[in-house]
Amino acid sequence: MAEREQKKKQAPAKSDEVVEDTPAKSEAGEKIKGELDDLLDEIDEVLESNAEDFVKSYVQKGGE
Amino acid sequence: MALQKVLGIETEYGIIVRGGESNPIAASSVLINAYVQELARNERGAASTRVGWDFEDEHPGNDARGFNTDGSLPPEVETHLVNAVLTNGARYYVDHAHPELSTPECADPRSIVVFDRAAEQILQRSMVAARNLLPEGQEIVVYKNNSDRKGNSYGCHENYLMDRAVPFGKIVSHVMPHFITRQIFTGAGKVGTEAAGLTSADVPYQITQRADFFEEEVGLETTLKRPIVNTRDEPHADAQKYRRLHVIVGDANLSEVATFLKVGTTALVLSMIEDDWLQRDLVPARPVQTLRHVSYDTTLARPFELADGSSMTALEAQWELLDRGRKYAEDRGLDCIGGDDVGREVLRRWESVLTGLEADPGSLAGQVDWIAKHRLIDGYRERHGLAWDDARLAAMDLQYHDLRPDKSLAARVGLERIAGADEIDAAMTQPPPDTRAYFRGRCLSRWPESIVAANWDSLVFDVGGDPLRRVPMMEPLRGTQAHVGSLIDGCDSAADLLQQLGQ
Repeated sequence: MAEREQKKKQAPAKSDEVVEDTPAKSEAGEKIKGELDDLLDEIDEVLESNAEDFVKSYVQKGGE
Repeated sequence: MALQKVLGIETEYGIIVRGGESNPIAASSVLINAYVQELARNERGAASTRVGWDFEDEHPGNDARGFNTDGSLPPEVETHLVNAVLTNGARYYVDHAHPELSTPECADPRSIVVFDRAAEQILQRSMVAARNLLPEGQEIVVYKNNSDRKGNSYGCHENYLMDRAVPFGKIVSHVMPHFITRQIFTGAGKVGTEAAGLTSADVPYQITQRADFFEEEVGLETTLKRPIVNTRDEPHADAQKYRRLHVIVGDANLSEVATFLKVGTTALVLSMIEDDWLQRDLVPARPVQTLRHVSYDTTLARPFELADGSSMTALEAQWELLDRGRKYAEDRGLDCIGGDDVGREVLRRWESVLTGLEADPGSLAGQVDWIAKHRLIDGYRERHGLAWDDARLAAMDLQYHDLRPDKSLAARVGLERIAGADEIDAAMTQPPPDTRAYFRGRCLSRWPESIVAANWDSLVFDVGGDPLRRVPMMEPLRGTQAHVGSLIDGCDSAADLLQQLGQ
């Protein structure tokens, strides 16, 4: 770990890291994809039922 | 040497009344009063609307460029509206037509995350408390976003304590590029656009809530012709020594990582400006257009032109700033942003998020709001074969920011947490120990009946008999637990405290 940090500090890092992170990337990508389907199923139950009315009635005064 | 960046966030929340007529000022008052009354019932002196906000030292018309426009601007403060000071040192009040919560002064970006989350929980508790005050079937709902999608915007402002000696023009030219390019990790995302002349076909989805609303590079306004760099010069501290940079260009974040990086990277960039560490001028040739250009480019690949004729992408600008930040840390240390531990965490997360943005933005769906929101909405859009201008997607955009735990979409997308649940709970009522907010909060908690008014840089005591006494707090890093903790604990009354303070 310490060695890896050392290496990062010395190298200008950018291109290095892209290569290093590639395997982790696709793994994480797969996981995220699988989770997305579950998430979409889950939120179906909580989504505002009449989207059009809801969006229309969400009116704020400017602030700050 | 750069000053330690004392920090604060002010958030205006969107508010609606479901099942009833919506007067936002009345609804905001009900919301805040409901919270304060509930606290008064449950915990002695936990907050008090009796303690008024003291406007003695407020001058929102002072301009950092050296003039004063008080009188020519609409009044910024409405003194008759609800204005509570909380025992955590925060201010909770009605601003224009929104409930607004200003965090107490914090000494580092991690502390900001804790108090920003505590603010969300205060708003959540307020919504529940307000239900009892409203007719059956009505509910006040609060949104932590910055736009109603109809051209009305409200802000999430950041504040940074800076050295008065640094010329304002130097701050402007070096912080502007950061404000424009940090959007790629601070943006909270928006379906479509509210810019004049553009439609969903031009901008189906953009990185920030706010970029559509900025029309000037530098200026004093916050409600019209909003500037990228705001010049309000109201330090709420010793004006000979300090300025407070008031930042209006950011989005309100649901992601703790985004809040941490928004404030942490900006505090570091400002420290580098104070120490003359940023030589290369990265100012875009057309800052206002570039703010939108960056917000509209979800590919992160389109370069923009700099004033010197060269061009770069927002990511490249951020890599360059990070690179300077790393060297600065090695040379000068990180006391300016709260010390080594939190400072290294800022650098580590900054690098990690830029690496992710470059290699695979989707991998940041647990850390960056605009990516988390995009993944959710784009997934839904594909599943149901919807066009980007479908109302269902706009509704999801709003609902991402709904603060009700059972309705919030942000609460469901798996955002990474930095702050612990216990410390967030504690921060709802207890002040940070390491700024003057400690003195404010502890005095309010111990002797609410003896404090008639409070503001950022003073407390006014009424201990009976004598004239009112103002205790000034012009140094944001004094009045901490280390300074006054045992003094406050050892006093039996406010009169006792004033005597000990030599007042």
